[in-house]
Parts: sequence; structure tokens; C-alpha cells
Amino acid sequence: MELGPYILLATLEGMITASVLALTAVGLSLVFGVMRVVNIAHGEFFMLGAVIAWCVAQMLGGHPAVGFAAALVIAPLLVGSLAIAADMTILKRLDYDPERTIVATIGLLYIIQQLTLMSFGPEARPVQPPFNTRIALPWFEMGADGFKLIWPWGLGTTTYKLFVIVAAAALLLAVRLMMTRTKIGLLMRATQADREMALAFGIPVERIYALVFGIGAGLAAMAAVLIVPIQQAHYLMGADPLLLSFIVVIIGGLGSLPGTVVAAILIGLSDGIISVFFSPTLAKILATLLVGLVLVFRPQGLFGIRSV
Amino acid sequence: MKVVGLHIGLLAVLFALQFVLPAYHHGNLARIMVLASYAIGYNILFGYTGLLSLGHALFFAAGMYGMGLGIQHFDLPAAPALIAGVVSAALVSGGLALLALRTTGVAFMIVTLMFAQAGYLTILYFGEWTRGDEGFVIAQSARMIAGIDLSDPTNRYFAALILFSICLVVCLWLIRSPFGKTLIAIRENEERVTMLGYSTFAHKLGAMVVSGTLSGTAGATYGLLFGYAGASFASVQYSIFPLLWVLLGGAGTVLGPFVGTLFMFYLIDLSSGITSAYMLIAGVVLVLLTLFAPQGLMGELRRRFWKGLP
Repeated sequence: MELGPYILLATLEGMITASVLALTAVGLSLVFGVMRVVNIAHGEFFMLGAVIAWCVAQMLGGHPAVGFAAALVIAPLLVGSLAIAADMTILKRLDYDPERTIVATIGLLYIIQQLTLMSFGPEARPVQPPFNTRIALPWFEMGADGFKLIWPWGLGTTTYKLFVIVAAAALLLAVRLMMTRTKIGLLMRATQADREMALAFGIPVERIYALVFGIGAGLAAMAAVLIVPIQQAHYLMGADPLLLSFIVVIIGGLGSLPGTVVAAILIGLSDGIISVFFSPTLAKILATLLVGLVLVFRPQGLFGIRSV
Repeated sequence: MKVVGLHIGLLAVLFALQFVLPAYHHGNLARIMVLASYAIGYNILFGYTGLLSLGHALFFAAGMYGMGLGIQHFDLPAAPALIAGVVSAALVSGGLALLALRTTGVAFMIVTLMFAQAGYLTILYFGEWTRGDEGFVIAQSARMIAGIDLSDPTNRYFAALILFSICLVVCLWLIRSPFGKTLIAIRENEERVTMLGYSTFAHKLGAMVVSGTLSGTAGATYGLLFGYAGASFASVQYSIFPLLWVLLGGAGTVLGPFVGTLFMFYLIDLSSGITSAYMLIAGVVLVLLTLFAPQGLMGELRRRFWKGLP
């Protein structure tokens, strides 16, 4: 392939990374924004979503679409309830102290990861996509006889991949609507703005916290259900989404949802395109250094207004 | 006096133990003493200065690779290689401190985590030199200092004990010096220390370099004594371990790191016989500690029985 179609392909792949990443990172950002809790176990909630998707698909059998649709509902609910339970038993008792909650969520990370290893096993397991028709993509060429469309071999995508992008966009829109248009979103924003004042106005802050933690984990699980037919479910798969979400949330400005989405698209796209030219390890080194340096020199993030 | 007696007593017990312990536990204890030295280094920053770093594996690995690469690629003898390891840890910790200390709280934790992760990935990236995940074995012929073969169990135990004693004494001396007292004051109330006219930045910088150098010394010694350097020692897990050990033993106590390492080592050692998911224990202990005993074992001891325990 020539360079042009190659970049188009990388952009498409990048868009998929970006949309799943945006969902995961918005979950992390929501939790940080409202609760001021850095959830290191966020990647494990993502992993649990993928693992549950596999289990549901196995149990239901039949057409892949049935299992997929069921997983899209069951996984976020289960993972969300687990997160709410963790919030009520652990985080609440720590009084949401930032440093101690980090240590506790590190512990939670290992607990979830190792329990999955013990029950689900160390193998990577595939999940069938609900539909997967190949679409060939055209590319233009300026030949001797002028402008024409060609269909280069290998340039294409699948309906499922396009669906992932659309579904993620819809979910992000739903989160935005929830935050801006509903009562519960209003309560969340009030808690985020001033916890004490919210308490004084009779907002059940602790229940809001539990809910936010659940929604954050549920978003990660949903992102994982979307991506698992493309990747595979594995007990260590939480590490990369966690790192990337961190990068996105920090570059986008901690706790700012629009900034998070913009940064996710930026990172997702550049991740796809950079890894065409550089080795993935080098790309990761640059990304981690970028996060560190942004936090040191521009703690409010590239788009954000608030600092940590 | 009681304090000095306690620490000399512990070292004497450790010295005597090597004559009675069976070979397996003898080897374990040597390993524990080296890892406890790492934890002592970590404790100076976390326990006494109040800075929670999630990137100490970077310093441990800087020491280990400074030493290992020196032997592997520059044919250094063991002693200069060890010094190279210590120096590289000091440089790396100084460099990271200059950047990371511009931040506080959660940002400090994430910055140290990110730079350590970048360091880990760098080791993987230069796999041609470092052999990446697989690591490299340090030849037995290179592990000799002044004609003493460090791969021999008895010598290894002595070397580990010497390292541990040095770290313990340095830590005890440091926290009783004016410098150490200032560090503790920074942990308790940084604004007030600034107002009293101390440069908190300089003190934190000093604490981080001492902490990183001790950790790196432990890393270099670990590589030398056990003959192996690998990228897994630079991974996040090795940044979490000293945190776990120190939290378990008691942050801000001199003996806490050793007690925590000892407990955790045997806890994992016992459970790895039952399941391969031994990190589960680490996770459960971390959560339980933050919930019920943020002071750790020695911290509880200090709170209940012996107020003056350093």
C-alpha cells in the first residue's frame, strides 16, 4: 500500500481506540472530578467488563448478537454494583482521603486482577462480534488519465468497527445529557463544585459518591464490552486502558469532561498514526513522559482550568 | 540508649541467625535484608518526609542496571560496578526530584509513577543492551569483591547484613539529626516549616536523593548477590512492594521496613505454594492496612507501648 491509504487505515483504527478510550477516560474523569479520588483500579473494571462479556456470550450461546446485547447491559450493571460495593465498604471508610484511597485502589487492583486469574485463567479468550461485514474503502489516485477512485487491497474496515465508533459517541452524548439535563447530573455537579455546601443543602453526598463511582466503573465496563470482539479478554488487559486513560484525563484537564473527550480523540488518533511510524514501546515512553511533564509544568492540563 | 540497644540487638540476632537457620530460610533472610534496605530507603521519603512515591522501582532499577550494565558491557570489576550503580541511582533520583518536587499530593504520586513507567519502558526499548524482560545473568566470575565470592551463601548473607546495617544506621542517624527532624516537621506541617525559614524544597530534594540512593544501593547489591538483572525489577509492582512493606511494618519507624518485608515475604512465600495468584495477598493486605491499621505493626507498637520508638 502507499502511504495515503495507510494513513487512512491508521486513522480509522485510531478512531476506534479513541472512542473506547474516551468512554473509559470519561469514567475516570467523572470519578476524579466529583469525588477527587484517583481510581487506580479503573483498568480492572475495564478488564472485568471484557471478562463478563465473554462469560455471558458463553452462557447464552446462540447467535453472537444475543450474547453481545445481553453483555452490553449485564456487564456495566455488575461492574457498577461491584464498584458501589467497593465504594461503600472501602472508600467511604477512608473518608475519601486522596492519598489513602490511591493505596486502597492499588490493593483493589490486585484483588480484582488476581481473582480473575484464579477463576477465568491466564488465557486470552475471544468473543464473537455480533455482526462483521467487511467494507472495502475507496482511495483516489491522480493517474495519467486524471482523477479516479481505486479500491486498494487491504484498505477496509468492518461494520462492527464502525458500530463501535457510533455506539461510543452515543454513550458519550448520553453522559453529557445526564450531567447537564437531569436532576442527578445537577446533584453531581453541585457535589463537584462544593461538597460542604451540597451537604448543607441536603444533597445525599455519600450516595452521590457511590453512584458516581458505579457509573465510572460501568462506563469502563461498557467500553470493554465494545472493544472485546476486536481484542480479546485477558486478565492483564486492564493495564493499557488505565495508562491511556490517565494520559487522557491529565492532558484533558483533571475532571473536565469535554477536555477528556478532546484529549481522547487526540491521543487515540496519534496513537494509531504514531505506532505506524515508531515502535509501540517508544510511543508509550513518549506518552508517559508527556503525562509526567504536563503534570509538572501545566498541572491544569492542556485544556483544563483547574489544577490537582 | 534503649533505642541504640534495640537496633544493635536486632543486628546481633540477624548475625547469630545464620548459624542456626536451615539453608532455605538462610537464603530467604539474605534476600529479605536486601529488600528491607530498599524499604528503608523508601521509608525515608514516605514515612519521614510524607511524600508518597509510586516510582521507587526506577531508583532500584537504576542501581541494579548501573551495576549490571557496568559489568556486562564495560567489564568493570564488582566494586566499581557497585559504585556505578549507587551513583546512577543518586543521579536519577536527583533528576526526578527536581521535576517531581514541583508538584504535591496526588500529582506527585502520578508524576513519579509515570517517570518510573517511562524508565521501565526504556529498559525494554533498549533490549539489545538490557535484554529486556528476560534480563541477564551476572556471571559468577564477576561477582567477586576483594577475592570474596559473593555467590557463596555465607558470604552473601554477610554482604546482605552489612548493607542492611549500613542502611539501618544511616536511617537512625538521619532521623535524629537536625536534617531529619526538619523532614519530620515537613511531613507534619509544610507551611509552618517554610514560615520558620527553612527551605522545604532543599530538604525534600535531600530526602529524595538519600531515599533514591539507598534504594539504588539495595538494587545494585541485589543484582550482585543474586546474579541477575531484569526489567521486572523496574515494573510498577516493584514500586508498590516497598510501599506495601513500609505500610505493613509501620511508616515512619526505623524497624518497620524490616518487619514489613519479613512478614510480607513469608506471606507471599507461603501462599505461592497454594496459588499462582499470590499478588492477591498483596492486594488484600494493602486494603486491610489502609482501612484498619494505617500505622502499621511498629506504629501500633509505638502507639500502645513505647512512645519513644524511633
